[in-house]
Amino acid sequence: MWRIIHQFGSPPWVYRFCDRVIPWLLPLTAVALIVGSAWGLLFAPTDYKQGDSYRIIYIHVPAAVVSLAGYYIMAFAGLVSLVWRIKLADLAMRAAAPIGAAFTAVALITGAIWGKPTWGAWWVWDARVTSMLILFFLYVGVIALFEAYDNKTIAARACAILSLVGTVNIPIIYKSVDWWYSLHQPASIKFTGSSAIDASMLYPLLGMIVAFYALFALLMMLNLKQSLTSEYAQSNWLIKRITT
Amino acid sequence: MTDQSGIDTLQYLSGQTARHVRLQLASPSEIVNPLLFFLLVVILFPLGLGPDPERLALMAPGILWVVALLANLMICMRLFVDDFEDGSLEQLAMASTPLALSVIPQLLAAWMTGGLVLSLAAPLFGMMLGLPVSAVPVLVASLLMGTAIMLLLGAVGAALTVGVRRGGILLALLILPLYIPVLIAGTRALDEALHSGDPVVALAFLGAGVTGGLLLAPLAIAAGLRVSLEL
Amino acid sequence: MTEPLLMASELSVQKGVRALLSNVSLTVNQGDVWQLAGGNGVGKTSLLRAFARLARIEVFGRLERCEDVLYSGHSAALKGALTPRQNLMTHPSGLNAPSDLAIDTALEAVGVLGHADVQTARLSAGQKRRVALARLFLPSPRLWLLDEPFTALDVQGVNVLEARFLEHARSGGAVVFTSHQSAALGDELKVLNLEHYCGD
Repeated sequence: MWRIIHQFGSPPWVYRFCDRVIPWLLPLTAVALIVGSAWGLLFAPTDYKQGDSYRIIYIHVPAAVVSLAGYYIMAFAGLVSLVWRIKLADLAMRAAAPIGAAFTAVALITGAIWGKPTWGAWWVWDARVTSMLILFFLYVGVIALFEAYDNKTIAARACAILSLVGTVNIPIIYKSVDWWYSLHQPASIKFTGSSAIDASMLYPLLGMIVAFYALFALLMMLNLKQSLTSEYAQSNWLIKRITT
Repeated sequence: MTDQSGIDTLQYLSGQTARHVRLQLASPSEIVNPLLFFLLVVILFPLGLGPDPERLALMAPGILWVVALLANLMICMRLFVDDFEDGSLEQLAMASTPLALSVIPQLLAAWMTGGLVLSLAAPLFGMMLGLPVSAVPVLVASLLMGTAIMLLLGAVGAALTVGVRRGGILLALLILPLYIPVLIAGTRALDEALHSGDPVVALAFLGAGVTGGLLLAPLAIAAGLRVSLEL
Repeated sequence: MTEPLLMASELSVQKGVRALLSNVSLTVNQGDVWQLAGGNGVGKTSLLRAFARLARIEVFGRLERCEDVLYSGHSAALKGALTPRQNLMTHPSGLNAPSDLAIDTALEAVGVLGHADVQTARLSAGQKRRVALARLFLPSPRLWLLDEPFTALDVQGVNVLEARFLEHARSGGAVVFTSHQSAALGDELKVLNLEHYCGD
């Protein structure tokens, strides 16, 4: 019986949850984004080597961080849906994939824009850029697999397995790409020990990372609501919810 | 597990592997076609890049590995299709043996008629690209392990896409990103061998991949097949 | 009283967001022959696959059944490259290889002993169907789950199969099969009409 509750009970609950959280999350995200980018673009000091062009990191780095975290969020939701058959986890996984892919694309595009003045070329086969590109294709694979199945419940199951396989492989892929391209910048944000980046540049960056996480959550909820609306268009609870 | 059932398991695995190899041999074109594909694509490179032997020898490790990877992908595309369509997979899933165990003979048979054959034929294609004879042992060793890993990863993708229309191209999209570490390690081993370095690290990486793949992939393959059988 | 071979209580089957069958309850005891009846698309095959546990993701409710089950689906699990004899000898699951004598008896019972050593690919559709059904004449599990077993069989083949169902039931087994036609199995046939369980 509890399985039936999961199956039929969850979607209305999720819908209501989204409706409640979005009015809070939306202004919060907007404020964080505005404050973070104003701080980063207007008040953070100019880099002595790269000049003002470095300021794109306030978009590039948060997008890259959140896109990798997004894959793990997706895989975790997949694991939950595999083990406990909770409909909400299915839906969360589905919602995370396209948003994660979009963030990865943003990181790639801003990376290319940053690369032109810094390296003198739009595209450089740098280890991080290459890893990011591979991550993009891992996302695309999950989305394509989901679209290939007609039955979306079964599709979600297949995608959960694929994203778990991807999760196991991501560290191996990243390590091997690093190995392939051993000459690259060392990781410049460290939370322990001394940081290579100055605090006046770091704090706005951390602020933007928080803002991007909030944006990811917001987009995920909007996407969840949207997929619930299309999938349960015929259901009584949804019609009631929308008309009242 | 007692000794007796240990022997039974071994007997079961060898019997099933023999059955799958027999079925593979019944349609030899499925063994020969990936080989011909390998040869044809290798021929395309001198035609596209020019016949300069030095340049070809420089690019040989990359060419051989990329083409072996693609030939392996072709093998994976066919992997579960027949058994899915004729209902054999259903029967396998119904049996009391765990599916993660009972797919192993089929994978073993597919590797013996696929990856093994490709690895043994590769030195010939290597010669055509001017690969020195001294690099042949490393080429064969890296391909033997690399094709095994790629088959295991490809089988996960094949299991997930076998019930889907036009699953072939989708399989490539799912699996090629996962092949990248294998490609990097394989070409690295060959490069080291060519430039009198030490290929052992790269080969050990591949060996670890085979072990890890054998432990984890059958679970994912079984789960994937169960999903496909729901359709 | 022996335990039932299969017990389903309040089983529901979904297809995507659509509810296919709701609250199906069925107990299959030794000696039972059950027909799952209903028109096209009512969910006969889906329910049978749920019983076989091939479908799990979209099945809700309680299902208990014995482990020794023979399932036969739309596809016969025959390899065209092998002969009927080889096909029966090496079941895809690789277990319980039957004796040569048992195979001969089974092939004779379905009337294809004459083709025992021809490649299965060369047989007609009806003959292949009979080879697949020969599995039912081998020493087999107690519970049979058969999807449309009468398809592509001539009258005589249907009679042979019906007789085999009854024989299996009397010897302590049970049969659950899907069919949209009514079978001539007399009083011993129990029918579960799935039209009564449609939708929510």
